[in-house]
Amino acid sequence: MIKPHRNQPLWYAYILHRISGVALALFLPAHFYILSLALNEPESLDSMLHWAEQPIVKFAEFGLVFLLAVHLFGGLRLLALEFLPWKPGQKTFAAVAVAFAFFVALVFLLRAI
Amino acid sequence: MANEGKTIKVLLSRGDNSNSALKEYEVPAKESQTVLDVVTWIQRNLEPDLSYRFACRVGMCGSCAMTVNGKPRWTCRTHVSKVMDGDKTITIEPLRNMPVIKDLACDLNEFFEKWTKAKGHFIPTKTRDDQVQLISPNEKARREANAGIECINCGVCYASCDVVENDSSYLGPAALNRAWTLVNDVRDGGKIERLKAVTSEGGCQSCHSQQGCTTYCPNTLNPTRSIAGLKKVAAIATLKGEM
Repeated sequence: MIKPHRNQPLWYAYILHRISGVALALFLPAHFYILSLALNEPESLDSMLHWAEQPIVKFAEFGLVFLLAVHLFGGLRLLALEFLPWKPGQKTFAAVAVAFAFFVALVFLLRAI
Repeated sequence: MANEGKTIKVLLSRGDNSNSALKEYEVPAKESQTVLDVVTWIQRNLEPDLSYRFACRVGMCGSCAMTVNGKPRWTCRTHVSKVMDGDKTITIEPLRNMPVIKDLACDLNEFFEKWTKAKGHFIPTKTRDDQVQLISPNEKARREANAGIECINCGVCYASCDVVENDSSYLGPAALNRAWTLVNDVRDGGKIERLKAVTSEGGCQSCHSQQGCTTYCPNTLNPTRSIAGLKKVAAIATLKGEM
């Protein structure tokens, strides 16, 4: 259960940034490994790409794109927070970052299906 | 009286760091009752040995902060009606991230030692024989300092901070906010020394910008903004080779 003092939008923005960062760190080595198959095992890559055509995998990729986008926009929000003149409305910026990420992921999904 | 005969169920933390437990009390409900009123009623009527702190009761001294229903608050300005759970219970505990001396009274020594570590004291550049320095309240630096100057040292930000919880060396929002007000004080002569202090281990770069400090500060100060300011000024000073 989330502790009561953490129940505020910017803590959720923080934890989303952390979780998306860890998830991407786990995903990227697998991603690069699969890309490397193009050099040594093109057949394996082809079967992998065929496997990735399944709807469930496309939906999982939607999740990955969301994580990537939310980490990107969340990171830009934090850079702006630390290096640009302070702006009020930090909760709004966090919400906009999530909304942009969801939009990007949704566009990916609609193009994929 | 609308509240005549009504009572509030209160769960109050009794004990110290090594042995504490919540104990239940029934307290008469009153109009415009604050959480501090509730604690005081228990101490005066049920538990004469209950330990807690308060002084001014008007939100100026910063001594009565406690954890109320899981959130840090100044209890003298927190109305019971604002924090009451649906089941009419209030849970009152000591502030987080500090050793408990007894019941609701915390040991604030470390909290204030960190103010000293952050060089939270003014370092003068003039003597009493010099003219008083004129500073316009509209100057950018003065406005930055003024934005953070009204801290009452209540410890609410410190108790709300997860970085303090996980890193005992972290100076915390209040001490860093204090350092930021001094960095922006043009009369002060310790800027570089202070920037070195707040960028060493446990300094401003440890902040994760969760902004719990800003969310719960009872004086609506913005320590996250102050810490971000310190990070920026320290980065610029490093690039210029000043520190």
